[in-house]
Amino acid sequence: MLRLEGLAKRFDHVPVLEDVSLEVAPGEIVAVLGPSGEGKTTLLRVVAGLLRPDAGFVRWKDQDLTSLPAERRGVGMVFQSYALFPHLDVAGNVAFGLRTRRWPKAETDRRVAEVLAQVGLPGFERRRIDRLSGGQQQRVALARALAPHPPILLLDEPLSNLDAALRERTRGELRQLLTASGVAALWVTHDQDEAFAVADRIAVLHGGRFAQVADPLTLYHRPATLAVARFVGRATVLPAEVETTDGPYLLCRLPGDTCWTAAPAPGVALSPGASVHLFARPEGLRIVAPDTSGAWPATVVERRFLGGRLLLRLEGPERAEAWAELDGAAPALGARVGLAPKPGVRPLAFPG
Amino acid sequence: MKRAVVVALLLLLGWLVLYPLVLLLAESFRDGSRWTWAHYAAVFASAADRSALVHTLVVAAGSVVGAFALGLPLAALVARRRFPGRRLLAALAAVPVVLPPLVGTLALVFVYGEQGLLARWLRAFTGAAAPPWRFQGVGAILLVHASTMYVYVYLLALAALARVDPRLEEAAATLGAGRWRRWLGVLLPQLRPALFAGALLVTLSALGSFTAPYLFGGNFRVVTTQIYASKLNGETGRMLAESALLAGVALGLLALLGRERAGPSGGSVGVALPGSGLRRAGWGTTAAVALGVAVPLLPQVLLVAAAFGLGVPGEGFTLAHFRRLVTEPERLVPVLNSLQFATAATLANLAVAVPAGYLLARGGPARSLLSLLTALPWAVPATVLAVALAVTFSLDAPSRGRLLLVGTVWILPLAYFVRNLPVVARAAAAAFAGLDPRLEEAAATLGAGRLRRWVTVVLPLVWPGIAAGAVLALVSALGEFVASILLYTPRSRPLSIELLARLRDYDLGGAAAYATLLLVLVAATFYLALDEVDPR
Repeated sequence: MLRLEGLAKRFDHVPVLEDVSLEVAPGEIVAVLGPSGEGKTTLLRVVAGLLRPDAGFVRWKDQDLTSLPAERRGVGMVFQSYALFPHLDVAGNVAFGLRTRRWPKAETDRRVAEVLAQVGLPGFERRRIDRLSGGQQQRVALARALAPHPPILLLDEPLSNLDAALRERTRGELRQLLTASGVAALWVTHDQDEAFAVADRIAVLHGGRFAQVADPLTLYHRPATLAVARFVGRATVLPAEVETTDGPYLLCRLPGDTCWTAAPAPGVALSPGASVHLFARPEGLRIVAPDTSGAWPATVVERRFLGGRLLLRLEGPERAEAWAELDGAAPALGARVGLAPKPGVRPLAFPG
Repeated sequence: MKRAVVVALLLLLGWLVLYPLVLLLAESFRDGSRWTWAHYAAVFASAADRSALVHTLVVAAGSVVGAFALGLPLAALVARRRFPGRRLLAALAAVPVVLPPLVGTLALVFVYGEQGLLARWLRAFTGAAAPPWRFQGVGAILLVHASTMYVYVYLLALAALARVDPRLEEAAATLGAGRWRRWLGVLLPQLRPALFAGALLVTLSALGSFTAPYLFGGNFRVVTTQIYASKLNGETGRMLAESALLAGVALGLLALLGRERAGPSGGSVGVALPGSGLRRAGWGTTAAVALGVAVPLLPQVLLVAAAFGLGVPGEGFTLAHFRRLVTEPERLVPVLNSLQFATAATLANLAVAVPAGYLLARGGPARSLLSLLTALPWAVPATVLAVALAVTFSLDAPSRGRLLLVGTVWILPLAYFVRNLPVVARAAAAAFAGLDPRLEEAAATLGAGRLRRWVTVVLPLVWPGIAAGAVLALVSALGEFVASILLYTPRSRPLSIELLARLRDYDLGGAAAYATLLLVLVAATFYLALDEVDPR
C-alpha cells in the first residue's frame, strides 16, 4: 500500500500542495485529476523523491520513503516528455534501471526483450530513439519504467503528447498492462475522459488538497463539492432556496417560482430558508411543455449536435443558465420550453 | 559538495583572472611604495600615446566598416540565393574563424608585402629593383582586419537570416513591398541584434588587435603596440597605465553596449517552407561570392603553396622546407613546445569549464560572479591580460598569491589557459543548458546515484558541445601570438614566435612551412574531434 500523509509543498512562499493524503493499493490505478497549475506534477515529483516535501510523509508498506533520494526509492516514473536518453538505443534505455541494479547481463537482455514484447515493441532493441514515432517513444518510456519491476509507478500525463485517436487506443492497453503488472499506479492527467477510462479511483486536486477521492461513477453523479461538479463533466447549476424539508429530501424554489425536489449533498444539513445551488447532469434533465407543473420555464439559446444526442443551452428567469441533453426530437432555437428532472432523478443541493 | 566546488572555482578564478587585473590597476597608480598619478600624467602628456589612442579608435571604426562591407553581402548572398557551389563557398567563408589569426596576417604580408609574392612577381616581370608600394600603415591594418574579422559579421548575420521566418518577407511582398523595401523594412530590423553583436565583436577585436599593427604599423602606433614598446623600453609604469586605459575602454564599451543585445525576436522561427526563401541565381553570384571568399583565403592558399616552393619565382616544387623541420632539431622544438603548452592549457580549461559551465547553466548562488569571471578574459584585450599576468607572476611572494612564473615554462600555458577560459566555459554552459534536466531525473528514478548519472547520462550528452569548445581553445592556443610575444622565454619559444623569426630572417620558405604545419595541426584537431564527437 502506497500511503501519502499530509503532504505540503510551497514554492517561494506560494503553497502548491497544502494537505494531500491518499492511499493506493497494489494493482490499483488512481488518477490525479485537476486543471493545469494545480500542482499535479509537483505531487508526483514529491512521491518520486525528486522534490522534498515541506511537511507530510510518503510511505510504502511500513517503510518511510520521505527522506530517501529518488535513486533509492525504487519508484518508476513515466515523464510527460518521456525523457528518453537520446544517446542510448531502445535496449539501452530499457536496460538502464536494470544496470543500476546490477542485474546479470543475460537476465537483463531477457527482461528487456520481455518488457518490450509486453508494450508491443518486440525486436525494437537496436532502434535509435530519434527514429521512433511519438507512440513508440511513449511505449519505450513505459517499458523503461516497468523493467525493474517497481512496486510503485508514477505517470505524468503519459498520453498528452499523442494524437487523439492514438490516445484512445493506448488508454485501454495501458490500463491492462498496469493492472496485470500489479503496481500501485498514480496517473496524473488533466483530461477527465482519460481519468474515467483508466482509473479505479479518481482524486480531484483542487486548491492544494484532494477535493474528492472516489470511483468514477460516484465522482460523476455524487460530487462532493460544487467545484468538483463543475470540473468533472458538464453541470447544470441553478440558484435556489430551501422551502421545506420532506423526509430526507428538500423542496427547493428556483427563480421564477418553480419548485424541485432535491437531495442534500453528502454530509450537508440544510434547513428551510437556506440558499442553495442545485446541481444536475444534463442527461438527468428533460424538456417538457412550459406549462407542466414543476417545470422551470426557459428559452433555448444554443443547440449543439453531439452525434447520438443533442445538447441544449437554456436561459431561464434571472438569466440563470442550464444544460440539458436529449435524444429525441428537439425544440428549435428560441423556443419556450419547460425543464424538469427526469423521473427518479433528484438534483443535489449544495449550500449556496 | 556543490558549495565546495563553487568556493574552489571562485577562489581559483579570482586568483588567476580577477587578481592580476586588479593588481595591474593598483600598480598603475604606484611608484615604488607611494600612490601616484604620475604614470597617467605621463601617458596623457605624451603625443605618441595620445595619437595611439586616437589611432586605436580609428582602426576600430574602420574595421567595423571593412568587416561589414565584406561579411554582410556574403551572408546575404549565401542565405538568400541558390547558386552553383553554394554549400562549399558558404563553408569556406566561415573557415577563417578557426584559422590562427597570425597565419592570416602573415599570409597577407607574404602576398602583398614588400618582399612578398606580388612584389617578386612584379620584379621578375619588370626587372624593377624596388616594389612600387609599401604594405604599411593604417590601410594595411584595415585590410588585414577586414579579411579576418568579417567572419564574425558573416556568421552572425547568416545565423540570424536563417532564423527569420520566410513568411515575414512573403507577407511584406503581398503588401506590395519591393526587394529593397523588404530588406530595409523587414529583414534588417530582424537582423538588428545579430548585426549589433557582430559590430561589438569586431570593435572589441580591433581595440585589442596587436598582430597587424605590430607587423605593418610602422610609425602608425596603436595602444597595444604602444604597450609593447613601453615594455621593450623598460617603462613599466607607463606600460601599466596604457594597459589599464585600454582595458577601461574595452570594458566600458562592453558595459555600455553589451546590454543592448536583446535576444532574437520571437514568433515562429526556423520554418522551412517548400519553395520559399532561396532565390535561384546563376554563376554570376558564384563569382561574386568566390571573390569575397578569396580576399581572406587566397593568400593562405598561396602561403601553403609557397611552403612547397610553388608559385615562388626562382623555386620549383620542393620538400626542403619541411625536411629541415626534421633534420634541424632546433626547428622542431617550437612545434613541440606549442603542442605541449596548448594541450596543458586546454586540459586545465576543461577541468575548470565543466563544473563552471554546469553552475552557469543550472544557476546557483554565485552564478553572476562566475559568469563575470569566465567572461573577463575575453572582454580584456590579450595584450592587457598578458601584462597583468606578467606583473602578478613576476615575483615570488606566495603569501600574496604571487609566484615567480615569468621566465619559466609555466607562464605561457597559464596565459593560454586564462585567455581561452571563456570559449570553453561558454561552450560548456551552452551544452549544459541544452540538456533536459528531466533526463537526469529519469535516471534517478531508475536508481542511478549522482556519480552514475554523470557518467552514464550527463557527460555523454554534453560532451560534444564541450569538446567543440575545447577544440577551439586548443587551436587558438596552438597559434597564439599576442600574449606569447610579451611572455615567452628564449628557452621555450612557441611556434608563432619562431614563425615570425623566420619571416624576419627573410626565410619565407621556412615561415611558410611553419604556417602550413600550424594549419595541418588545426585541421587534424578538427578532424579528430569531429570524428570523436559524431561517430555516425
